[in-house]
Amino acid sequence: MSPVETAESAPEPASKIELPAHLGGGGEIPTFDVTLRVRRYDPEFSDESKWEDFRMTMYGTDRVLDALHKVKWEQDGSLSFRRSCAHGVCGSDAMRINGRNRLACKTLLKDLDTSKPILVEPIKGLPVEKDLIVDMEPFFQSFREIMPFLINRDHAPTKERLQSAEERARFDDTTKCILCAACTSSCPVFWTDGQYFGPAAIVNAHRFIFDSRDDAGDMRLEILNDKEGVWRCRTVFNCTEACPRGIQVTQAIAEVKQAILSRQV
Amino acid sequence: MQVHKYDVVIVGAGGAGMRAAIESGQRAHTAVLTKLYPTRSHTGAAQGGMCAALANVEEDNWEWHTFDTVKGGDYLVDQDAAEVMAKEAIDAVIDLEKMGLPFNRTPEGRIDQRRFGGHTRDHGKAPVRRACYAADRTGHMILQTLYQNCVKHNVEFYNEYYVLDLLTVEEEATREDGTVYLQKRIAGVVSYDLATGELHVFQAKSVILATGGAGKVFKTTSNAHTLTGDGMGIAFRKGIPLEDMEFFQFHPTGLAGLGILLSEAARGEGAILRNSEGERFMERYAPTIKDLAPRDIVARSMANEVREGRGCGPNKDYVLLDLTHLEPAHIDAKLPDITEFARTYLGVEPYTEPVPVFPTAHYAMGGVPTNITTEVLQDNDTIIPGLYAAGEVACVSVHGSNRLGTNSLLDINVFGKRAGVAAAEYAKGADFVDLPENPEADTVALLEHVRVSDGGEKVAAIRKELQDTMDANMQVFRTATSIDKVLADIASFEERYSRITVQDKGKRFNLDLLEAVELGFLLELAKVMTVAALHRQESRGGHYREDFPDRDDEKFMKHSMAFKDVAVTAESSAEHIAGIRLETKPVVITRYQPMVRKY
Repeated sequence: MSPVETAESAPEPASKIELPAHLGGGGEIPTFDVTLRVRRYDPEFSDESKWEDFRMTMYGTDRVLDALHKVKWEQDGSLSFRRSCAHGVCGSDAMRINGRNRLACKTLLKDLDTSKPILVEPIKGLPVEKDLIVDMEPFFQSFREIMPFLINRDHAPTKERLQSAEERARFDDTTKCILCAACTSSCPVFWTDGQYFGPAAIVNAHRFIFDSRDDAGDMRLEILNDKEGVWRCRTVFNCTEACPRGIQVTQAIAEVKQAILSRQV
Repeated sequence: MQVHKYDVVIVGAGGAGMRAAIESGQRAHTAVLTKLYPTRSHTGAAQGGMCAALANVEEDNWEWHTFDTVKGGDYLVDQDAAEVMAKEAIDAVIDLEKMGLPFNRTPEGRIDQRRFGGHTRDHGKAPVRRACYAADRTGHMILQTLYQNCVKHNVEFYNEYYVLDLLTVEEEATREDGTVYLQKRIAGVVSYDLATGELHVFQAKSVILATGGAGKVFKTTSNAHTLTGDGMGIAFRKGIPLEDMEFFQFHPTGLAGLGILLSEAARGEGAILRNSEGERFMERYAPTIKDLAPRDIVARSMANEVREGRGCGPNKDYVLLDLTHLEPAHIDAKLPDITEFARTYLGVEPYTEPVPVFPTAHYAMGGVPTNITTEVLQDNDTIIPGLYAAGEVACVSVHGSNRLGTNSLLDINVFGKRAGVAAAEYAKGADFVDLPENPEADTVALLEHVRVSDGGEKVAAIRKELQDTMDANMQVFRTATSIDKVLADIASFEERYSRITVQDKGKRFNLDLLEAVELGFLLELAKVMTVAALHRQESRGGHYREDFPDRDDEKFMKHSMAFKDVAVTAESSAEHIAGIRLETKPVVITRYQPMVRKY
């Protein structure tokens, strides 16, 4: 194979450009006071859950996670919540912020109304373990039940399987899922019926059903045709609104419903 | 306390741990212990790609990849290991594709490839398209695909089990030359169940360390809060050396002030760096490959621009990553996540405005020493039977003094797989080593100290001061003076650490306690990094000493090996540093003699 110059190689950018004046900067980062009103619960010490207020000064680019850390690190070390990457890719810190499911690390304080207390609660529909920590096991159980892995019955080629860019694009949206449970725990059907697979499991089924390399679409559609499957979805759109990755969750569920009806992927 | 028994125990469920589990789980009774949930690990934050000389879009071969890796690491790479990695890269990518990873595709439907820093055609002639990728979320796709395949193979996970101790025993053995030494053997691990606060002992024939890095020793870092070097720490405390810990990678493009990673893929796709004068300054530092020079060179060039007064912003403390000449559609297709980070966290629109960036602590090149079979070494050439390490926790050493972009996703796949196979095969032919008496005793003592100590010192305050001094004195520019400052600071932090108070006194999900234990590891590792940096009186790769600006192959073309050693006292050590003994290990050279490193 000979070296090729691809159409993608852009023309060389200029060695020097005029920068807009504001990049020279100036000004200060604004600070503001906020009250965090957190739902506390620790069954080791009390069966009751209660609201607790924490007051603090925060900066312009701070997120709800920064405020939670400020409480934990400076005011009350027993406040418990999960977090890891702190920039919206690991899915650890989904919680209910002012009544909406969001990732704490992706929600900037300045985008909330800081004149009132900011309400922070655990996500709903999963058993609370302590403060903002819930038992994720039922959520992952639903995920495992839809067979979330590529099943291909052909003889494996020695090199990669071919897939066109269009075929790859068909399921791109649902590959973005980080299993944070923001969607599933925003779903009113899931709140009342813990047996429902929930949006996240269906999203992950969609990711394989519409992958041209996968041969088990029929089996997954059969699983989701169950009484606790896609038909429980009432198209409330909470899930789509909650998804921190911007996945069109309700649309993915609709596409799975359509595929069950037509049995065509 | 419960005791569990497995053939193989894997500590960590990131890329390396789960890649190992897929192999080991099919061959032996295997458990994976992770302090998080699977898919929360920081492999998922990797963005740009995974290099392999597939030659899908232009001529390439694994020998060029090996050369780039060796040169990128400023010749401190063990060349036998680099060769293994570059050769096995091709199968590693194909394996992932077969497992279902949704790579971006070429018009012919094959895996697409793009450019990345330091990866070149024919030994440095021009950038080459070698990185296989899935938009700018390659790590996310790898982590998800590996977890999906763990589900497929029914891998047993113990979630939120924090491993705090390696159970090792020592017995007298005789070398071929007749000398007697103490041979370490692995018997299992002790873990702390976060949900209940109970200890669990896992007896195992093989243990694989796959716990990732230690970026939280620095303030500005791309690393997750949970990357506190636990695996390196527990190994070090058990007398296992740490190799090349002075080499830490600072990724050039962290979001200014936040450290959140913006992939090198941005520059691979054509983005460039500019200073306050609008100048593309990398043309001066690396005339041939410019913005695609390796990370150590780009990071130092950026820091130098800022130091010489050509930084941007109110405090002139960052430079700009310019994507404005790229088509918005191209940016959306190839770099959707990182441009969203710029919008979300800095309120900058990358289509029209350059993005403020500055180097961010990213990756530990050093770690627990292993051979190419991933067996852990207790000294330069004695393996510890049954103990393996792979991924960032390990030092095999394929990254030398500076890792090339994409080679970490490759490392976890190639050496994770090797570890899984080797650990399972070893377990088939080995017996369990008897657990020491009271196997949990050290862990009980560690936790008890943290729980009852009530001197009033706050964990978060000490950690912040540690991170501040590491950023100020151990970042891309170092001198004997700055290093001494850190050592003095750490000595005071250690004293204060003995007087910490943990507020949470409960057993359930006591993450307050966890952070206190993690700080212990951070302090210990920061000290090892700093002592190793003091000894290395030369500049090489990620370690730049302003008082010794040149590479010195005569004196320092060798790995450093740091041992925990209580016999070393402040009085007995030349540098007045207690508790650490430094030795060296030769570099494996096969094909490439060290040359001047220019790009």
